[in-house]
Amino acid sequence: MAATARDPMANHSDFQEVENAEDLFPELTGGPREEADSSGERSNGPKLDFDDDADDLFAEATEEVSLDSPERDVLLSDGPSPAITPVTPPTSVLTPRLAHAHDDMFTHSSFDELEEEESSEASAVAVSVSDPEKVGEGMNAYMAYKVTTKAPPSSALFRLPEFSVRRRFSDFLGLHGKLASKYMHAGYIVPPAPEKSIVGMTKVKVGKEDPSSNEFVEKRRLALERYLMRTVQHPVLLKDPDLVQFLESSELPRAINTQALSGAGLLRMVNKAADAVNKMTIKMNESDAWFEEKQQHFENLDAQLRKVHASVESLVCHRKELSQNTAQFAKSAAMLGNSEDHTALSRALSQLAEVEEKMEQQYQQQANADFFLLAELLGDYVRLLAAVKGVFEQRVKAWQKWQDTQLLLQRKREAEVKLHFSNKPDKLQQAKDDIKELEGKVQQGERDFEHISRVIRREVSRFEKERVKDFKILVTNYLEALALTQQQLIKYWEAFLPEAKAIS
Amino acid sequence: MRSVSVDLNHDASLLIDIPDALCERDKVKFTVHTKTTLTAFQKPEISVPRQHEDFIWLHDTLVETEDYAGLIIPPAPPKPDFESPREKMHKLGEGEATMTKEEYTKMKQELEAEYLAVFKKTVQVHEVFLQRLSSHPILSKDRNFQIFLEYDQDLSVRRKNAKEMFGGFFKNMVKSADEVLISGIKEVDDFFEQEKTFLLDYYSKIKDSTAKAEKMTRTHKMFILFPFRHMEKLSDLFEKLRKVEGRVASDQELKLTELLRYYMRDIQAAKDLLYRRARALVDYENSNKALDKARLKSKDIPQAEEHQQQCLQKFDKLSESGKKELTSFKGRRVVAFRKNLVEMAELEIKHAKNNVALLQGCIELLKNN
Repeated sequence: MAATARDPMANHSDFQEVENAEDLFPELTGGPREEADSSGERSNGPKLDFDDDADDLFAEATEEVSLDSPERDVLLSDGPSPAITPVTPPTSVLTPRLAHAHDDMFTHSSFDELEEEESSEASAVAVSVSDPEKVGEGMNAYMAYKVTTKAPPSSALFRLPEFSVRRRFSDFLGLHGKLASKYMHAGYIVPPAPEKSIVGMTKVKVGKEDPSSNEFVEKRRLALERYLMRTVQHPVLLKDPDLVQFLESSELPRAINTQALSGAGLLRMVNKAADAVNKMTIKMNESDAWFEEKQQHFENLDAQLRKVHASVESLVCHRKELSQNTAQFAKSAAMLGNSEDHTALSRALSQLAEVEEKMEQQYQQQANADFFLLAELLGDYVRLLAAVKGVFEQRVKAWQKWQDTQLLLQRKREAEVKLHFSNKPDKLQQAKDDIKELEGKVQQGERDFEHISRVIRREVSRFEKERVKDFKILVTNYLEALALTQQQLIKYWEAFLPEAKAIS
Repeated sequence: MRSVSVDLNHDASLLIDIPDALCERDKVKFTVHTKTTLTAFQKPEISVPRQHEDFIWLHDTLVETEDYAGLIIPPAPPKPDFESPREKMHKLGEGEATMTKEEYTKMKQELEAEYLAVFKKTVQVHEVFLQRLSSHPILSKDRNFQIFLEYDQDLSVRRKNAKEMFGGFFKNMVKSADEVLISGIKEVDDFFEQEKTFLLDYYSKIKDSTAKAEKMTRTHKMFILFPFRHMEKLSDLFEKLRKVEGRVASDQELKLTELLRYYMRDIQAAKDLLYRRARALVDYENSNKALDKARLKSKDIPQAEEHQQQCLQKFDKLSESGKKELTSFKGRRVVAFRKNLVEMAELEIKHAKNNVALLQGCIELLKNN
């Protein structure tokens, strides 16, 4: 390795176009357009795999993924709430069920119009969470937040264009629980609520007015605001009566049993569903590549987010170390300046010490603030991805249910054939009735499956748009803050330069 | 690119530089290139290969030359230290299996850059040593210096002989008794009294500053190993930012840490001068005592008188030359600090402006997309 004593520092101010890669915010090339959906789904019939052990397969399948599975119960049981809203999806979701097969094109396109209207309405509504106030004392104390909603009168969703209510944390969790139980199984990505935090909350309850508990409350306030904003931005969820009640009514029945409804609870439920899916003996034969592709995409995204999260944490650690070492050097340089007998040099060295100190403090503060924001958003998205995973699994469950019903129909038909040869007219009639009913159920099962598939496609496209927007804003803010720091550094060094030049 | 000292190569009668060097395993082979108009040299232009040990040999022979006792001998260049990049290379080899091809390539590039940086540093420091000698009115005429510059054979034989002759005796002596002797001396000369106080204090401060600067620079360099490499769309930007940060760290090291390091050693060399003078004073005082004793005993008076005279002469010579050396040393130090601090500030500004341009470019891109 030969080297020459030349200056290798070429002036690299060229900036290349960043490439498009599978990353945190791609250009919107993912997913087929809405019009193509219906034609795509027609061919989305998963194939049935018939084994010789049809009986056993059948038995196991029902056991795992029946309607009355425990997972479902958790969602449904959100405690006694006087305003019991029926567990049926709102009308916009019901429409496709009533439509006939050949009307799909029509229903679908009308859905599109509906969705466009809905999204423009949704984006006009704004919610803010503010004024945290401690209510009560001791371990029964809690924080109450002011929730302010602003909606244009044209949206016709609320009584007033602007209004406020006071809510506590468990109310938010309660809201999420209700929405999740109503919409997740239909394929809607319901934004998850912020995590519960025993440690954080205890400090607040115990009444320590220290900076760390203030920071906790502030973090939580922001998280709740982001949560509500995401929820009201969802065109379907915005119309939900529970949400409206949450935002509008002055009194809200207390949500109990919020343990299961917290972010961690939701995650546990999703994982249980995933286990159930894995235990399925008839593996879903995915003939729609879109779903497979998207699932892979989300897996990759999840992995990426976790990596970034880890990098951020180690970065903060390192910043702290550098900051310490620079502070130490600054002190030492000041001492050296004092010891220096040449006046001008002595002054310059003291100035140097000051510059180094100021620099590091600035940089450190800046970095902490930004990493805090970044870490919070990453946390949000890790939870959001869990919700996305959840809806994909709901679709598989819907498929399984359809398959089970189809198998049951098959068996009934076989049984009916056998009954023809026996002399039991009553039983034969019963069998025929059963078959008729099952045929209806099979059709319904197929429709449900196709419906959830459509919903998921739309939801995913919406989610991706939101994600791209969110990260773009975050990154832009972060870069702007970095640029500001660098400009500050320039100021410090430019102030120092004449001092250094004054040495003679 | 000489950061630690002013441009020493301004006397055209003897110009020295190290135009290139080769790294063979751990040994660095420097090509020492001399251009001279002096008749003492055999040729007007010479190039010879030299190893680090040859420089040390030259330094030591100068230190041990009596005639130069009154001079500040330029500090010997430190041994080339490839420990850090070598460690990283090892880590890279171990981690190869677990890294993506991209990561591996990036790390390898970083490693190569670091190797290059260490390399450049060591070349510079060896070059400056020679240039200090060539610009010194007395040392530039040293016979061994000339041999070093033009002897076209391997110096290792000479080196071994020298070691046998001196056995590093003097050097060891200097190290141990240093501080005590200097501080214990009753100083009659104000100039030297001030210098002594100043140098002792300054030395401890600059030693501390050097250590803290090294720690800071080391952390700064490590820092660039934890990029935001997973935000892929921005990975290009963050790569560039990282590279700039890397340059900031290495510039800081060159202009600040290296400066402090060099002057710490230079001050040690100045202290060595003070020590030698102190020793000469002690010898003189002892010779006085011996003369008194001789007069008392009326024995060997002429020898004692002569010895005393010699000691006095030596002491006076050291004091005179020492004063000159220390005064010019101060001037040299101030100039070097000024140069480096100015350059460092200018580089910091340049890098920060670079960063701002990069960041604003990216922000524009994001906003318009």
